[in-house]
Amino acid sequence: MSDTLLRVAGVSKHFGGFTALDQVSVDIRRGERFGLIGPNGSGKTTLINCVSGALRNDGGSIEFEGREISRLPAYRRTRLGIARSFQIPRPFKSMSVLENLVVPLEYVAHRGSLHTSDTWAEALEILRRIGLADKAETPSNRLTQVELRKLELARAMAARPRLLISDEAMAGLSPTEVDEILAIMLQLNESGITIIMIEHIMHAVMRFSQRVMCLDAGKIVCEGAPTEVVKNPDVQRAYLGA
Amino acid sequence: MLSFSFELLLESIVFGVLLGCFYAAVSIGLSVAFGLLDVPHVAHPAVMVFGAYCTYFLGRYGWDPIVAGLALMPVFFLLGMALYRFYYEAFEKRGAEAGVRGLAFFFGLTLIIEVGLILAFGVDQRMVEADYIGKSLAIGEMRIPFRMLVAFGVAVALTTGLTLYLSRTFTGRAIKAVAQDEPALRLMGANPVRIKQWAFGIATAVTALAGAMLIIVGPVEPSLDRVYIGRTFAVVVLAGLGSMTGTVAAGLILGISESIVLMQFGASWAPAVAFGLLLIVLGIRPQGLFGR
Amino acid sequence: MKARGAGFWIGAAVALGLAGFATGTIKNEYFFFAAYIVLMYVVLATAWNILGGYAGYVNFGTAAFFGVGAYTSVVLIQSIGAPLAVQILAAAAMSGLLGFGTGLLTLRLRGIFFAIATVALIVIMETVFINWRYVGGATGVQLLRPAPIAPFESYTKMLFVVMALMAVAAVAIARYIETSWIGRGLRAIRDSEEAAESCGVPTLRLKVFACTVSGALMGAAGAPMPMYLQFVEPASTFNLNYSIGALASAMVGGTAHWLGPVIGALLLSSIQQIVTVTISNEVNVLVVGVLLVVFVVGAPEGILGLLVRLRRRVAALVSR
Repeated sequence: MSDTLLRVAGVSKHFGGFTALDQVSVDIRRGERFGLIGPNGSGKTTLINCVSGALRNDGGSIEFEGREISRLPAYRRTRLGIARSFQIPRPFKSMSVLENLVVPLEYVAHRGSLHTSDTWAEALEILRRIGLADKAETPSNRLTQVELRKLELARAMAARPRLLISDEAMAGLSPTEVDEILAIMLQLNESGITIIMIEHIMHAVMRFSQRVMCLDAGKIVCEGAPTEVVKNPDVQRAYLGA
Repeated sequence: MLSFSFELLLESIVFGVLLGCFYAAVSIGLSVAFGLLDVPHVAHPAVMVFGAYCTYFLGRYGWDPIVAGLALMPVFFLLGMALYRFYYEAFEKRGAEAGVRGLAFFFGLTLIIEVGLILAFGVDQRMVEADYIGKSLAIGEMRIPFRMLVAFGVAVALTTGLTLYLSRTFTGRAIKAVAQDEPALRLMGANPVRIKQWAFGIATAVTALAGAMLIIVGPVEPSLDRVYIGRTFAVVVLAGLGSMTGTVAAGLILGISESIVLMQFGASWAPAVAFGLLLIVLGIRPQGLFGR
Repeated sequence: MKARGAGFWIGAAVALGLAGFATGTIKNEYFFFAAYIVLMYVVLATAWNILGGYAGYVNFGTAAFFGVGAYTSVVLIQSIGAPLAVQILAAAAMSGLLGFGTGLLTLRLRGIFFAIATVALIVIMETVFINWRYVGGATGVQLLRPAPIAPFESYTKMLFVVMALMAVAAVAIARYIETSWIGRGLRAIRDSEEAAESCGVPTLRLKVFACTVSGALMGAAGAPMPMYLQFVEPASTFNLNYSIGALASAMVGGTAHWLGPVIGALLLSSIQQIVTVTISNEVNVLVVGVLLVVFVVGAPEGILGLLVRLRRRVAALVSR
């Protein structure tokens, strides 16, 4: 089995006259912890939208486990093993926290199965692992910020992904809360899940990532070990302006 | 079989161009309200018919319809601002799940307006009189009704005026900006809600004049809003949301298609043209001709 | 919400029992005439809610599906004199097909485009049937009722019971969808379609499914209409009032639960009957429009939502 889990080759995306992604290429290795950084509007979310299927890329190819996925709808990609969390949490507001997790369990892992009690039990187990078990019956529109972020991650976990993409899961959280989320994500990676993390909180990205890539204006600026990327003058220019 | 005559076809096309510009002018309020501001304003045609009836009402006191339409514009401007404010407070503020309710609200509003008109004016058709209604202009073999020329003239003036306003003035460009990137606008210190309110007011004011044109072009009845839902949304969707030039192009396409169908197949098929066009556009190219 | 199966079916049996009792005891034909309409709106509102309430896609075109169902019956009656049961099944199939096609074409788009497309459906269907000579064109066609099936003495009473059975069936289907994984998927779509997709929910398929079932039920509700009125013509068959009634009943009653459209239809349809007879049809539409706006703005969860809140408040008072 190949070492490359996700291959992004020459991916471009345009919105009218605006180029959001310009020939972006990167290979993500199985089991890797990959950080994606860049200033606002650099195309990070657009890139993961193209990978997850929320958007269709205009050019280039995206291969997951050797299979071309750029024509597949998002739900198919989830079933293949790609899960993502959203920058602004999108809970299913009419459902309880527990029920939020039952949705991906029913539609991905337990598809076609008749054992509904297993599904709810597994959902509760995931909540326990992530520290939300006491909020299981709470309506999801009544959670705090950090609880919402945890729910986003829990829901992505419930899809039993091989690749998890988190989009600024720690934005606006306190340092302790950031550590909590980081610990969860390290745990997930240890259990075998490849993780792409988009973050602005630099120390979190540095601690977490084995490799980092910086985007600016839709193009790759630099890619490599975290310490090198951070020292790269182009990266610093991207963040601080020319 | 299909009867074909070059003169008839030419007359159809000329009539279609005039009709098309009229449709464009009638839809431009919706282009702003729905295309730019993203308000699910299915009550737009009903507001226009209401404007037509207001014009009729003033006409009973001797007001010329165009003058009445112009006079109604500031009143409708204020009404539009109030309506947007209400919509914002009740629905938009509460987030995306209010989308269904917003639609249902405007649907309910349409019903209320339509029935209100029936109760106030009855179901019979109402007309308005003016010097330019009833006479025709003869060009060669063709007879072009004056009222169509008048509507065409007003339509061109209205569309040009609004397009210039949106691209040249500060508030106009702010309106376009709020459609494209609301957070950025907020960061620049402008209040997007105020701008949208202003824009919706303008869209409604324009609709008042559109109503005046409506009753100039032909008699009106309260249920007229139903066929115009198809026409205005067909134009706005075919144009591509938020495109003013697109609205003109789409209006022309609709006007000419309807005119040709009218000539070939008769009046019983004409209402279906707009709706059929709408379905085709939604099925093949939902972003329209010039859409974002 | 776990389905309390026994409770529902007992309630349904009671309702049907009442219907049967009514046909045996009430002599006034007008009662069944009016009750048929009320039950018909229960079916229409329940059908509407499967797509509109559960998935959040507003359908303005109930009249189109209803009308296609009615005209399917007309075609079958005129061509082969088909019995009512066959008419209903065929009508459901045709309208279901229409729902499937419309859904496939327009449910990829945002809700408002789907809504406007459904308005287009009404006009297009009406235009088609106005121009179709076989079913009477614009002037319409008159139909003769066959003899009612035993033990019914009057055809109207028979239609009333048929509609009561249809109402129970429609509600049972809606309830099944609502409490199953399908319903959860639809709710996920309504709450956040993008998140649903990323959770593995095949959003387009589920939406098209809901639209097909919804359309089929509306068509079924339209099938007995030609026999009910004994006269069918396009303008009144594709009347927007059917769309209004279905939508308003569901939104006023409450869209989250299958009971909502039932309550809404019973209430609104009764009001409509009374107002139309005592005042006028126009005022009737005005009343419905005003109720719709009032509820959508002030009580978005409908009558059901108000009842739930009331029960909570009473429980809080009692527990002090």
